Amino acid sequence: MTDAAIRTEKLRKVYTTAPPKAGRGAPGIAPDASRAAAERRAGSEVIALESLDLEIRSGEFFGLLGPNGAGKTTTIGICTTRVLPTSGTAIIEGADVRIQPTLVRQRIGVVPQRPNPDSSLNVRENLVFHAAYFGISRSVANARAKALLEKLGIAERAEAKVMQLSGGQQQRLMIARALIHEPRVIFLDEPTVGLDPQARLDLWTILRELHSQGRTIVMTTHYMEEADRLCDRLAIVDQGRLLAIDTPEALKARAPGGTMIELVLDGSGDGLVTEMRGVPGVSSAEAKFEHGSNSVRVYSDRGGEVIAALVTIATVHARSIRDIHLAPPSLETLFISLTGRQLT
Amino acid sequence: MTSAVTDVAQRPNSGRIFLALLRRDINVARRELPYFLLRTTLQPLLFIVVFGLLLPRMGYVGNAYKAALLPGVLAVSLAFSSVQSVALPMVADFGWTREIEDRLLAPISIELIALEKIVAGVLQGVIAALFVLPIARLIMGPIDGLTATHFALVLFIVLLGATAFSVLGLLMGSLVNPQQIGLMFSVIVAPMIFFGCAYYPWQNLSVFPVMKYAVLINPLVYVAEGMRGVLTPGMPHMDLRAVSGALIVIIALFWTLGLRSFAKRAMG
Ligand SMILES: Nc1ncnc2c1ncn2[C@@H]1O[C@H](COP(=O)(O)OP(=O)(O)OP(=O)(O)O)[C@@H](O)[C@H]1O
Ligand SMILES: [Mg+2]
Repeated sequence: MTDAAIRTEKLRKVYTTAPPKAGRGAPGIAPDASRAAAERRAGSEVIALESLDLEIRSGEFFGLLGPNGAGKTTTIGICTTRVLPTSGTAIIEGADVRIQPTLVRQRIGVVPQRPNPDSSLNVRENLVFHAAYFGISRSVANARAKALLEKLGIAERAEAKVMQLSGGQQQRLMIARALIHEPRVIFLDEPTVGLDPQARLDLWTILRELHSQGRTIVMTTHYMEEADRLCDRLAIVDQGRLLAIDTPEALKARAPGGTMIELVLDGSGDGLVTEMRGVPGVSSAEAKFEHGSNSVRVYSDRGGEVIAALVTIATVHARSIRDIHLAPPSLETLFISLTGRQLT
Repeated sequence: MTSAVTDVAQRPNSGRIFLALLRRDINVARRELPYFLLRTTLQPLLFIVVFGLLLPRMGYVGNAYKAALLPGVLAVSLAFSSVQSVALPMVADFGWTREIEDRLLAPISIELIALEKIVAGVLQGVIAALFVLPIARLIMGPIDGLTATHFALVLFIVLLGATAFSVLGLLMGSLVNPQQIGLMFSVIVAPMIFFGCAYYPWQNLSVFPVMKYAVLINPLVYVAEGMRGVLTPGMPHMDLRAVSGALIVIIALFWTLGLRSFAKRAMG
């Protein structure tokens, strides 16, 4: 066994049916993302993963970033033995997901993108039974369930039916369930979606604690700040391909030349960009048409100083400016430059 | 890696996990027992009231009919509680709730997860039949030729019948979409009951030879005839060896197909 907790090689996944209406990962696909996905569709085939090579070290806190439909949930599905890869291999803690799925399952905990608690059981039973599915004795399970429910702030709901929990409370139950058998590798698919700000910070604390215990954590998120602050390393994926993989610091250093300025216009920006590129401090300018609105995206080495010049150019070309966005170099701007899309 | 991370156990203990899965299903079934019995046994019991009590009293059917009816009604209760208790939750699970996910993450093979569903289905089928038997006897009064001397044989046929319908439940539950569940009951289940020799012995179908052989594709025929063979052996019934053989073939076939489609649905 190498030092890698997770290793995938040439991982490829092609779905041959249309995505189910409420399938895992399907909700929340933005219109533009599904258009991009449609372009990759051949008949009823969807290429969710092209050829993914990942190596996640033991004890690492690893983040998986990507727009809707990028293949994050599919990657987690394969690594957790819940989705069969079309080709390629995935080795988790030395066990191949295809050959030794039970061994893989023994070592992992999973927080799904969409909560799926067992609604025939109450909150506490969800944890105690899940522990039993891992061969854990009832007394140990009871003690752990109590501690976890307290830690996640749902102890007073222990005897409630799961359908009486709010969405965020169900999400916390899913996190407790993933931890009850104390797995060495923990997968979390957008674990903080639906949590209130305090609960999110609480979860960060829990995740940091698990990390400090030496567990390997793989998390997908749409929150750049979260990825930046928690993860040792990040992978940015889009359309089933790995675009970048590095530490947050190294990735931020790769963010394209300076501040990103986006001007939303009342008409096409095509005629403006050549002139805008000539403005001192502007490293690049590009016209866009997205979501039915026109804009130009400019990268500036001098921050917002160039805005006045850009506005003048727009005015000269009889375009009026509807909105201005400004973003300092960050994971966000790197992400946008790599994927051409905003994280939503 | 620090020492805080401990491995749960080197090798997952399948037997123990299997029992935990079963304990979960029994736990849930126990809570829903009244609704479960109402859902699966009301119809056979109403049938008994009409055909085992009212019609004999009115003189439309002879008393001997009761002895043909009782094993058939037990077969219907056994079969349809087994098939429903496996198929109905599975349709919802695979259709949209994905609640079964927490069990699919257990360190146990998918075959054993499916097998556990079968065992739970068999238990529920047997409970439904045990519930119907005394009530039916009470409603119908004395039944000529009813015996249960060969207890082991009764148990054998009951278990075979319940297993056949539990594996059918596995197949149906993993094939049918939630939208089609009503259709499944009216198009598959209802004809199965009426042409399952539950309400008449198979040999009497000689009055309609084509049908006599056509109904042999219906698994319920073997359960009903088997129940007749062990409960009212004096009545006409199919040879028990033929019944057992047919049920074993049915189980093998549905298990192979059911497991394949279960595994397919379980993997996304
Ligand atoms: N069960 C399925 N059947 C068919 N296609 C699927 C299925 N699940 C996912 N897909 C498709 O595969 C692609 C990748 O989906 P996936 O759920 O892995 O994306 P994701 O990165 O998790 O997205 P999100 O941020 O929206 O959760 C998408 O185009 C999606 O439509
Ligand atoms: Mg997803």
